[in-house]
Amino acid sequence: MATTARPDTFYDVMRRQGVTRRSFLKFCGLTASALALGPEFIGTIAHAMETKPRTPVLWLHGLECTCCSESFIRSAHPLAKDVVLSMLSLDYDDTLMAAAGFQAEAMLEDTMQKYKGRYILAVEGNPPLNEDGMFCIVGGKPFVERLRYAAKDAAAVIAWGSCASNGCVQAARPNPTQATPIHKVITDKPIIKVPGCPPIAEVMTGVVTYMLAFDKIPELDAQGRPKMFYGQRIHDKCYRRPHFDAGQFVEQWDDEAARKGYCLYKVGCKGPTTYNACSTVRWNNGVSFPIQSGHGCIGCSEENFWDKGSFYDRVTELNTFGVEANADKVGLVAAGAVGAGIAAHAAISIAKKKDHEKETQE
Amino acid sequence: MTAIQTPNGFTLNDAGKRIVVDPVTRIEGHMRCEVNVDDDNIIRNAVSSGTMWRGLEVILKGRDPRDAWAFTERICGVCTGTHALTSVRAVEDALGIAIPENANSIRNIMQLTLQAHDHLVHFYHLHALDWVDVVSALKADPKATSELAQRISPWPKSSPGYFHDIASRLKKFVESGQLGPFGNGYWGNPAYRLPPEANLMAVAHYLEALDFQKEIVKIHTVYGGKNPHPNWLVGGVPCAINVDGVGAVGAVNMERLNLVSSIIDQTIEFIEQVYLPDLQAIAGFYKDWLYGGGLSATNVLSYGDIPEKANDRSVNNLLLPHGAIINGNLKEVHEVDLKDPEQIQEFVTHSWYKYDDEGRGLHPFDGVTQPNFALGRNTKGTRTHIENLDESAKYSWIKAPRWRGHAMEVGPLARYIVGYAKGIPEIKEPVDKLLTDLGLPLTALFSTLGRTAARGLEAQYCAHLMRHFQDKLVSNIKAGDLATANTAKWEPDTWPKEAMGAGTTEAPRGALGHWIKIKDGKIDNYQCIVPTTWNGSPRDPKGNIGAFEASLMNTKVENPDQPLEILRTLHSFDPCLACSTHVMDKDGREVTRVKVR
Repeated sequence: MATTARPDTFYDVMRRQGVTRRSFLKFCGLTASALALGPEFIGTIAHAMETKPRTPVLWLHGLECTCCSESFIRSAHPLAKDVVLSMLSLDYDDTLMAAAGFQAEAMLEDTMQKYKGRYILAVEGNPPLNEDGMFCIVGGKPFVERLRYAAKDAAAVIAWGSCASNGCVQAARPNPTQATPIHKVITDKPIIKVPGCPPIAEVMTGVVTYMLAFDKIPELDAQGRPKMFYGQRIHDKCYRRPHFDAGQFVEQWDDEAARKGYCLYKVGCKGPTTYNACSTVRWNNGVSFPIQSGHGCIGCSEENFWDKGSFYDRVTELNTFGVEANADKVGLVAAGAVGAGIAAHAAISIAKKKDHEKETQE
Repeated sequence: MTAIQTPNGFTLNDAGKRIVVDPVTRIEGHMRCEVNVDDDNIIRNAVSSGTMWRGLEVILKGRDPRDAWAFTERICGVCTGTHALTSVRAVEDALGIAIPENANSIRNIMQLTLQAHDHLVHFYHLHALDWVDVVSALKADPKATSELAQRISPWPKSSPGYFHDIASRLKKFVESGQLGPFGNGYWGNPAYRLPPEANLMAVAHYLEALDFQKEIVKIHTVYGGKNPHPNWLVGGVPCAINVDGVGAVGAVNMERLNLVSSIIDQTIEFIEQVYLPDLQAIAGFYKDWLYGGGLSATNVLSYGDIPEKANDRSVNNLLLPHGAIINGNLKEVHEVDLKDPEQIQEFVTHSWYKYDDEGRGLHPFDGVTQPNFALGRNTKGTRTHIENLDESAKYSWIKAPRWRGHAMEVGPLARYIVGYAKGIPEIKEPVDKLLTDLGLPLTALFSTLGRTAARGLEAQYCAHLMRHFQDKLVSNIKAGDLATANTAKWEPDTWPKEAMGAGTTEAPRGALGHWIKIKDGKIDNYQCIVPTTWNGSPRDPKGNIGAFEASLMNTKVENPDQPLEILRTLHSFDPCLACSTHVMDKDGREVTRVKVR
């Protein structure tokens, strides 16, 4: 198959695929608004995309359920089709790729060599460490071996979902396979955690698009999550919040209060302790989110949410922080500690080109 | 070894060249396949291995049964929701909880939504590239493609200009050199048979289906709050109904019902105007490629699903058929009892688990799972760098379930064979029509192609059943019934000290069962036997091979370096490995902790 000496830019590919200049700018505008950025950023995004080659992404799967991949292909803006075929180059992904067996392995090797230090490693699932790693075998070898190998020359690593970020369900007590979040085996690369079981589709594509457009990783909180999507509690922006404040609660499923859409706090909603964008971005192109459809939040983007009692137990430690308090502040005060932040601004350059480094915003 | 005759009628011979496919891609989870081909490149021995284990049922022990749906839902994010539904049914069976009619309708709509969505995504995004050569599409004439498309369907996106646009985008994409997910495919392999125009049409629909599938799942979002992994509830469904009063906007109201209704219409339209015409067109070019039947001609199993009336598990109340067929006798459909210890049993002789007596099988209520990762003497490579598996020993993280000792195939084809044997018109008539249109006999159904065709016909049937239950929901609301949950036994102090129950669904990939034992308000034991455990099972103590292995036998591989035929047949089952490999350690086990570096 033909290869070109200079990789195409994102803009080249979009134009060659028949996207007009006008549609392209419209897309940049949509991206800006999806990222909650003002119209002044449209030019920045457009310039970045005009000058960047398509960044290769290697998407590995460990112990997982593939809900993250399924969520990703639900993205409405941008469309998953455009992300996969136009914005980046999805060179390896067991779930979607045509190749199998050694031809698939060759794709991994080729990209790792050709784009050394310039590809993004996206990880769905996590490695089990018990049984010499052989609770998850790929190509006859333990998955953890492949994970370390592929991370070696990555520019940055994305931890998709709660499995890669926190361990998720297979790491719940007693964690029989010793399933381990990826930051415990990859310690020398910036890791962007995008937790949730799964994460919201537009949050996933939003994070990727942000990295491509601004050529850096998003600002992260102390747990490594992008603040733009995980900076506030679901409770803070919940449309049922006025009922909480008014003391109007669902007491039992399908009672009169449930039919009126009252607050689900008393039937176990974890919205007050969960940092995610469900009550703002909502799900499946904004159709609804768990609380809107009558079930409390189960806290699926929080660490160890499986081991915090029943999903129907009432949250007992309701903190009194206002909407301005993010997870770091709440966590720091709760722990009685100060100054534990991490350097979240380790801006990385992915397939960088000198002439647009100035475009990065902070 | 020399040739071995299996009790279920296959002759295995591992004398020829060994081909390994690992990873098997475009599936859910992790799987490895090894085969031996003879001098004519015909498969004479097949070995399928599940290569992951997560231990979810170990994790469930001691937890609140009302939470189990959320844990088991995470067994699989592709067939999302079906484990959750199976779980709430198992708990309700154990505790004797009856659900309201509205909850039954909403659950059915959600389950059928999954069937329609999953089948569509499987066909276009996981399976199509086994039949469709993307690179060949570059040679297509857009005008001829348009004529082909308009001949087979009224779908409006079919003009010469539309296909010209798709073709030029594809050309430029290929010329960029960054082929992404299409890189290193088996393009040009002689096993691809479609003319360029059919390939181009299929590529266009691959992209359209990718856009459209995200619409179907919005039904889960309305009733369950999100997709993947919508929310469920023991005793009913979490979404309340309010179509009249104050606060109706906080519940399922007229706007929500209209949204669901509109999506159902679009789903029916897409399946009937895109999916089915494509399926039939593609089948027309492959109708003499009838490999891959495996166990389907002899042993198939379906638990049945989609109860018309709530809380009635009798066979005649299920709209997806129930029953087992053995030894190819379509005249007799056996009833399956999930609680009879003699019927469903799991074996581990060739699985990486340990039983006290490995010659015996265990019913899921008494299931034991002790991981035991050990490779056979004839394994090539090392414990952590496997080159060739030794199938005479343990070789898979999947157990071997058997029904009355028989290896069984499950899935859309199994359901359609059972339905056909029972003479259910909604199933039999479309099958007969498709076979007649293609000029094929009934026996052609027992093949890779038949498996793929049954899935498409089932997607259509399920989409129409969505309409049926949505209409039923609305008429029940009109009659004044707003109930969506029964909370009489919500509190654990209303439960018996000990209880046990079973729940089933027909997942997109086939018969799914959960078995639960509850003691003192907590889960005492939890077992799942999932579709890919049936289909992907390794050998049992008697030497019966499972459905994957059986389906690969005697298939000719055109080019052993590009085993397209192996992928085609394995994909026709829509394997789900995260589902298949997570059984429970009844007694818990000592967990070895290793140091994290």
